[in-house]
Amino acid sequence: MTAYLKLDHIDKVFTRGAATTEVLKDINLTIEKGEYVSIIGHSGCGKSTLLNIIAGLTGATTGGVLLENREVNSPGPDRAVVFQNHSLLPWLTVYENVKLGVDKVFARTKTRAERDAWVMHNLNLVQMAHARDKRPSEISGGMKQRVGIARALAMEPKVLLLDEPFGALDALTRAHLQDSVMALHQKLGNTILMITHDVDEAVLLSDRIVMMTNGPSARIGEVLEVPLARPRKRLDLATNSTYLKCRHRVLEFLYERHRFVEAA
Amino acid sequence: MNMPATKIEVETATPAAIAAAPVVAMTLKRPPRAETYARIARETAVRVIPPLVVIALLTLVWELVCRRAGSALPPPSKVFKDTKELIFDPFFDHGGIDKGLFWHLSASLQRVALGYSLSAIAGIALGVLVGQSVWAMRGLDPLFQVLRTIPPLAWLPLSLAAFRDGQPSAIFVIFITSIWPIIINTAVGIRNIPQDYRNVAAVVQLNPLEFFGKIMIPAAAPYIFTGLRIGIGLSWLAIIAAEMLIGGVGIGFFIWDAWNSSHISEIILALFYVGIVGFVLDRLIAGVGKIVTRGTAQN
Repeated sequence: MTAYLKLDHIDKVFTRGAATTEVLKDINLTIEKGEYVSIIGHSGCGKSTLLNIIAGLTGATTGGVLLENREVNSPGPDRAVVFQNHSLLPWLTVYENVKLGVDKVFARTKTRAERDAWVMHNLNLVQMAHARDKRPSEISGGMKQRVGIARALAMEPKVLLLDEPFGALDALTRAHLQDSVMALHQKLGNTILMITHDVDEAVLLSDRIVMMTNGPSARIGEVLEVPLARPRKRLDLATNSTYLKCRHRVLEFLYERHRFVEAA
Repeated sequence: MNMPATKIEVETATPAAIAAAPVVAMTLKRPPRAETYARIARETAVRVIPPLVVIALLTLVWELVCRRAGSALPPPSKVFKDTKELIFDPFFDHGGIDKGLFWHLSASLQRVALGYSLSAIAGIALGVLVGQSVWAMRGLDPLFQVLRTIPPLAWLPLSLAAFRDGQPSAIFVIFITSIWPIIINTAVGIRNIPQDYRNVAAVVQLNPLEFFGKIMIPAAAPYIFTGLRIGIGLSWLAIIAAEMLIGGVGIGFFIWDAWNSSHISEIILALFYVGIVGFVLDRLIAGVGKIVTRGTAQN
């Protein structure tokens, strides 16, 4: 059990003029290969900042991120991100959006035809091959997010980072997409780190749930293992006692011990 | 006991809905051809008839006001009579500046094409620099804000002194007039590139050149084309004025020459052409912009 992704004593302080805000305080976490870990917390607790630090889009003030025992501090395709608002480039087609990353990552290792096949393979994985020539404005929100997932998967990341990937979707589309992500994780065995604020989503999808305390100076309050066998079925779980216990535990953490006072 | 009953109701309801759907689609699919043409004709008429009516009315008023003896400006009928030759033979060339209107317009358009192309290239380049670099913005922006308020013709004496020739001076005036909106709009467009797109580029690890071509230019394209469109309008304004002073072949000097020989009708005809060409130029850039920014502008 060696750590695949390791967050080592991460602190993050934002400084604006003389005012400093400590957002994250002493974050330590190790994630194993193939694991699905969710980070949950109230809004403003710095979970998106943490994801940006892992992605390399923001620097940590102290501490660092180790991926396969090597420090990573700049963004790269080995930690592909699925952004909350899909972030597809509107002037490119679905195919071209996925191709953008593929062309960069596999510029030397794959021929043109192989890259093309790889783009289509990934679009097939998320069932979006039929829309390859559509522009993002022509497809629905859920479809955009599927393409965003395909774009990230196509880079063959060591860790897939999901930043509230289903947050902007309606409940039905969200459930559908959660099932898709679960199936992909089952099939491909990716290591996935997901930011969420949805308790059911966290319990349904994760092997472990990392619960963050409220900011400022947010830290990891508790880590909960979800000992549910995979593949998991949404309907069966609704009455599963382990599922309900885990759910209750997270709810208790969020709403009893670390209530978000400002929102109340 | 109630459960099976509701189920059956649902089942019978669904096929009915499916059967109904194609019927609706079928009727929608085949409107008669003549009807389609009639609709297109109606839509065209709605757009074309009102301006035609207004033009006819204005011409009538003009005719009535100016037809009295001793009026300073000619009525449209006289304008047409005086300029018939110019209208129907725009391609004659009697040497010197005694050429048809086509040659005057084409000389002006060539100057605009050259000056405007230079200002588009330099403007987008400077705009990218100012939009991308905070220090370039701090250093250059105040300068731009002052320089852009200088009227086009104020540059003319200076450029004549520098170039000692009319032709490059006119091109310089076009350049310096149209570059400011291009710079400023490009810079705004670059500064407004969403952080999301920058993040995507960072994760994919695009190099600066790829970022420029694949993210920056397409993302800023709607802004850039706003600048280009204002720029082409300004350069057409500037060329007419500059040519009046520089002389030679060109629609600007044609107007000035007509004034000096008291051919008021020719001035009116030339103004008509200037307006039409300016309109076409504006539409041209807008059209190119629409094609280039398809997709981008929708978001």
